[in-house]
Amino acid sequence: MSTDQSQRSIRCLVAKVGLDGHDRGAHVIARAFRDAGFEVIYSGLHKAPDEIVQAAVQEDVNVLGISILSGAHNTLVPKIVEGLKEYDAFDDTLILVGGVIPDDDKAELKELGVAEVFGPGTPMEETVEYVRENAPER
Amino acid sequence: MSESAGLLDDLLAGKHRALARVITKIENRDPGYRELVSGLYEHTGNAEVIGITGSPGAGKSTLVDKLAEHYREQGETVGVVAIDPSSPYTGGAVLGDRIRMASNVGDMDVFFRSMSARGNLGGLSTATADAVKAMDAFGKDKVIIETVGAGQNEIDIVGAADTVTVLVPPGAGDNVQMLKAGILEIADIFVVNKADMDGADRTVQELTEMVHLGQGSTTVDAGHHGFDEVEMDLDMPTDTDPWKPPIVETVATDGEGVVDLVETFTEHRTFLEASGELTRRRRQRVAEEIRTLLRDDAAGLVEDELDDQGGVGTFVDGVMAGDTDPYTIADDVMGPIRDCIEEQ
Repeated sequence: MSTDQSQRSIRCLVAKVGLDGHDRGAHVIARAFRDAGFEVIYSGLHKAPDEIVQAAVQEDVNVLGISILSGAHNTLVPKIVEGLKEYDAFDDTLILVGGVIPDDDKAELKELGVAEVFGPGTPMEETVEYVRENAPER
Repeated sequence: MSESAGLLDDLLAGKHRALARVITKIENRDPGYRELVSGLYEHTGNAEVIGITGSPGAGKSTLVDKLAEHYREQGETVGVVAIDPSSPYTGGAVLGDRIRMASNVGDMDVFFRSMSARGNLGGLSTATADAVKAMDAFGKDKVIIETVGAGQNEIDIVGAADTVTVLVPPGAGDNVQMLKAGILEIADIFVVNKADMDGADRTVQELTEMVHLGQGSTTVDAGHHGFDEVEMDLDMPTDTDPWKPPIVETVATDGEGVVDLVETFTEHRTFLEASGELTRRRRQRVAEEIRTLLRDDAAGLVEDELDDQGGVGTFVDGVMAGDTDPYTIADDVMGPIRDCIEEQ
């Protein structure tokens, strides 16, 4: 890697949105991504969609992982998607959602532009592998 | 060519996404990044670049947040580059400085960018200086660089910032001694953050003493002056006075002392301009940049030559077999390159 002229790295924003104080899962993911060699930016708790958009745009992340366990995904995710579009950041950002999402909503989220939804019990390797394979090039 | 030219135009036109992408290209050392930075160059030189360094947990990120908020209230735009360490094992990183930027949420005119040190040990990433140029060219009035939580020798910040601020947490008394020959030498301004904590007074006092001692040693040639004559505290620096690092107390969590600190930045700026120090520093920076680029290029040439001659592995085989030694090999590999240069 050191002899390589170009030094690509996958950058991920792990985001907690809305009134949801459960961040154990987000921490575990952040750690796993770090250990996979990714650069992880963790948003912290209780962020508004605006803040997530601001972070995703400025940090130019390849991957935006949104963790929601509050059930508010149908309101929050569209706002984030809209914001990303506003800054031309939607097309080349891989959007993932993690947390408790009912099956019926999964299809709707994917329709919106979410690439994949990872529910509870998803093996970490699966998520990491998915990111490696699908993270858009910069 | 066209892609980076378009990107450059977008950046200069004030598109946030373009600025973000330019910094990514700089970080990744993408093909074409040099062209980009070279295109940025003529638009730089307007931002005031402030460096913040100090030990982990000293409150750098929180202070940066409050500084950005203050500048925004004054109507100035702010860019922040915050560097966090990367794993020596996997290259991965958790970049956590952004969490502290609570006062500027949703304000796109604070452009905050987290960077991983990517294995660099000087407290900055190799891309930091170029990222600062991108923000400068974008039109940011202030650019703040926040280093990796730095201990003793992470002093790269000197080469990147106009004003270097070192945060010292209270109770660092013993550390103050320990750090003397490293990070404390580089400070233009000291900040004792968490000034409401026990031991803050003592830390301020110890730093004051240290600054005075340092002042003594730089004015050796004026030896007939006693120390007490050197101790004039509130004098504004004129173009002949050397800069004496002031010590500012802050409580970053509630913004106390931030106004003082900003005033001190302004004083330092005035000093830099009046004394010619700013030009001197910038000349030094450019010289260092030219050297670094040339070193990289030369190293690339040598790598290519090495590959042309069969790769490092075959040479290692030779040494292991006892046929030759690394010095002879270095001479041999450099031979053709040296010949080329001498022919000119």
